[in-house]
This record gives sequence, structure tokens and C-alpha cells, in this order.
Amino acid sequence: MSDEKIRVLIAKPGLDGHDRGAKVIARALRDAGMEVIYTGLRQTPEMIAEAALQEDVHVVGLSILSGAHMALVPRVIEQLRAAGLDDVLVLVGGIIPDDDIPALQAMGVSAVFGPGTSTDDIVRFIRSAVQLSSP
Amino acid sequence: MSATSSEQTLATAVLSGDRRALARLITRVENRAPDALEALAILHSHTGRAAIVGVTGAPGTGKSSLVNALALALRRRGQTVGIVAVDPTSPFSGGAVLGDRVRMVDLAGDSGVFIRSMASRGSLGGLAATTGDVVRVLDAAGFAVILVETVGAGQSEVEIARMAHTTVVVDAPGLGDEVQAIKAGILEIADILVVNKADRPGAQNTVRTLRAMLELGHRLRTGGHHGVRAVAAAVQAEPVFDSWTVPVIETVATEHKGIDELLAALDRHQAHLRETGEITDRERQRVEAELLARLREALLARLLAERPPEALEKTIQRILRRELDPNTAVRALLEDDLSSPDGKG
Repeated sequence: MSDEKIRVLIAKPGLDGHDRGAKVIARALRDAGMEVIYTGLRQTPEMIAEAALQEDVHVVGLSILSGAHMALVPRVIEQLRAAGLDDVLVLVGGIIPDDDIPALQAMGVSAVFGPGTSTDDIVRFIRSAVQLSSP
Repeated sequence: MSATSSEQTLATAVLSGDRRALARLITRVENRAPDALEALAILHSHTGRAAIVGVTGAPGTGKSSLVNALALALRRRGQTVGIVAVDPTSPFSGGAVLGDRVRMVDLAGDSGVFIRSMASRGSLGGLAATTGDVVRVLDAAGFAVILVETVGAGQSEVEIARMAHTTVVVDAPGLGDEVQAIKAGILEIADILVVNKADRPGAQNTVRTLRAMLELGHRLRTGGHHGVRAVAAAVQAEPVFDSWTVPVIETVATEHKGIDELLAALDRHQAHLRETGEITDRERQRVEAELLARLREALLARLLAERPPEALEKTIQRILRRELDPNTAVRALLEDDLSSPDGKG
């Protein structure tokens, strides 16, 4: 009787103190039956990668509203890779200019969700991208 | 065969200190993946070395902050720390928001600490059904102290007392009056009482109330008998009182105040358990309770597998239609005597 759940880490890297969006997403993913590890504000890329490893998550969701995404995201991805977590899905939400999206995707971000994204879309995306019963 | 050897590899990697393997094995254990049993069997002989400390108390008393402060103090003494923090699963969606790490940021970047958040996944005793196995994995991985933080507990989430060597119950000012304090349940399982947020108004009242409650009488020992040697001498019908005096310790976890006193109390309690032999008693009780729980689950699974798949649902429907009472239904299911498949209207 296996009882698998999608596990998602929601983190706010950098210094902006606005975590309402992150909390809304955490709540929506919870309501979709996922286990959400919420780590709170001001996480360094190292802290995010360490938490992702210890919690063995399928998905890391980064909420960034400070405009520092082009600096923060590559460092998070680098730390995840250094920890051997290449297979973890990385999602970015927040205020991200459209022009930056291709560059973020090239770095390894699977999807970028801007303001106004329906939480249902995020849930659907995660469900389709995460395959449970992996080895 | 390949699954078996992969579980062996995972267990071996955990024993050699591979943190990724540790995290992945914990997931398998949580998911009750059948092949995780194999790994647990390999790890079993490596367990029994860690000091297991439970931290419980009502929501908002500061359990996570206290675990954070306590873990830092243990690290300063050079002890490695595993943390299991349990938060509730939503009964509606099956999902959970696990937020205990928010208070544990001081421990980031320390390879002597491993923090794992767990959802309760439908268990009501303050822990998840697999928390005991997750603790065992951390024990085998070599962590010297394992701190287990329960969900915000009320009055009956006392399972932690069975799992931990030492149970710390955290209280805070303004949560209850004297009648709350003499009710059975969560306060009764405390080996150490902590009044956190002790800088808040009313803290001294809380301390006084708890001390007064403790003075009402010595605590009963957690069931059972007085060590192996005493078993033949006396089958005890009388309650056994614990010689341990429960200390009440004031802390301000967010400012790391009172943590040294708490650590000293933990040390004294561990020494007490060893000197009195109670540690063996507690282990025995834990093993017995776990064995019975596992047996119950396995017997249930076996019984249901032997009955037609629709038997359970049909029985439920018959009870709902008031054709059958629950006790008779149990007997019928056990004896496979469910006359007429659809209950004859």
C-alpha cells in the first residue's frame, strides 16, 4: 500500500519581505493534496538547496518580487545541481518581466508564473510534470 | 531482486552518511513503499544509540523555536542532531503546509543537523504513523540526539511519550487555568515542563500553576513493571510511582534564554532513566506497542484480502440500513459469515 504525495518546497530567496503570494500558492497546493514545505523569508540559495535535499521534494517554487531574479535563480539552480538535485523541478513566481523568461528557462527553470496566474494552472502544471512512483 | 538490492544500497548509503540517500529513504518509509521494509530491516541492528527527545504542546507555544534553540545548544556541545517536525495533514485535501523550518533557520548550513518535515497523514495521536520508523532511520544514520516535534497538541495527543525517552511538554502564559492543569493527558506525559515565552505577562502564574499541579502528587510511571528482574517477584496490581521529579523550566526560546537549564534537565533525565533501569522498561513498552500495532494492521490487511472485495462496503451499507449492528458485523466479517451478499433488502 504505497501512499505517495507530491512534495513542494516554497521559498523566498533574497531580501524582499512580501510573502503573501508565496503563502497563497502554499495554501493552493495544500488544497490540491500536495505536501508543501514552507521555509519563509530571506532564504539563501544554499539554504534552499539544503532544505530541498533534506525534504526530498519533487518541486522547488521560488517567489521573487525584488527584481533580483536574474541574480538569484542561477545561484539556486547551481546549488541544487551541486547537491545532486538535477531532477527537481524549479518554478519561479512573482514579478518577472516577459523578456527575462527565456533566459530563466535556459537556466533550467521549468515555468514562470507571473501575477494573475490562476493557482489551478500551477497545480495542473505540477501534476503533469511530476511523475510519482519514480524509482 | 533489483528492488531488493537497490534498497540494500540505500540502507548502506544511509549508514555511510549519505544525506541524499537518507532523505530518499525517509520518503520511501513515509510512503510505506513495500521495499522500504527491506531497508528498515537492514538498519534495525544499527539503532538504539540515539537519545530520543519529544517536544509537544499546544499550537503557538513555541515548539519549533524551542527545537531550534535546543538543537543549537546540542551542536555547541558537539552532538549531532536529527529533527523530525510533524504538522497536520488537511483531512479534506490530504495536503499539508509544513512550516516548522521557518523557525529553524539558525540550523541551516550545518552538516551535523538534519531536519525533516512530516505531514501527519491522517494519524490523530500527534505524530504520523511512520514517524517511529523515520526516527529509527535517523538513529541508524548516527545522529546522537533526535528531536521529535509533534503537531500542535491538545489534551490527548500522547503518542510521543511512547516513542521518546524524554518528553518535553511546552506551555506558554495565558493558555489555561488550574483545572486544565490537572486534567489527564498531555501534562501527565511530561518528563520536563517548559514555560516558554517566559518574558510575557502571566508567565509566573503559569509556572506557579504547573508547580502546584506537580505537588498534588507523584506521577505514575508509564505503565508496566519495574524492570526485568522484578517481574518474577511481583505481578504488580498497584500503580508504580516514578521517582523522577518533573522540573518546570522557564525559557524564551527566540532569545535562547533558559536553554542551558533545559539541556541540563534533559541530561539529568537521561541519567535517571539509565540509573533506574527505566530506559529498558520504556524500550520494552515501545516495542510491545509497536508490535501490536503492526500486527493489528497486518491482520486487518490479511482479513480484508481473504474476503470478497465488496464485503466491507456491503457490511457498511447494511449497518447504515440498520440491518446489522457494528459488533455483529465484526463477528460476521471475522467468521466470513455474511449471509446473502446484498443483505436481502
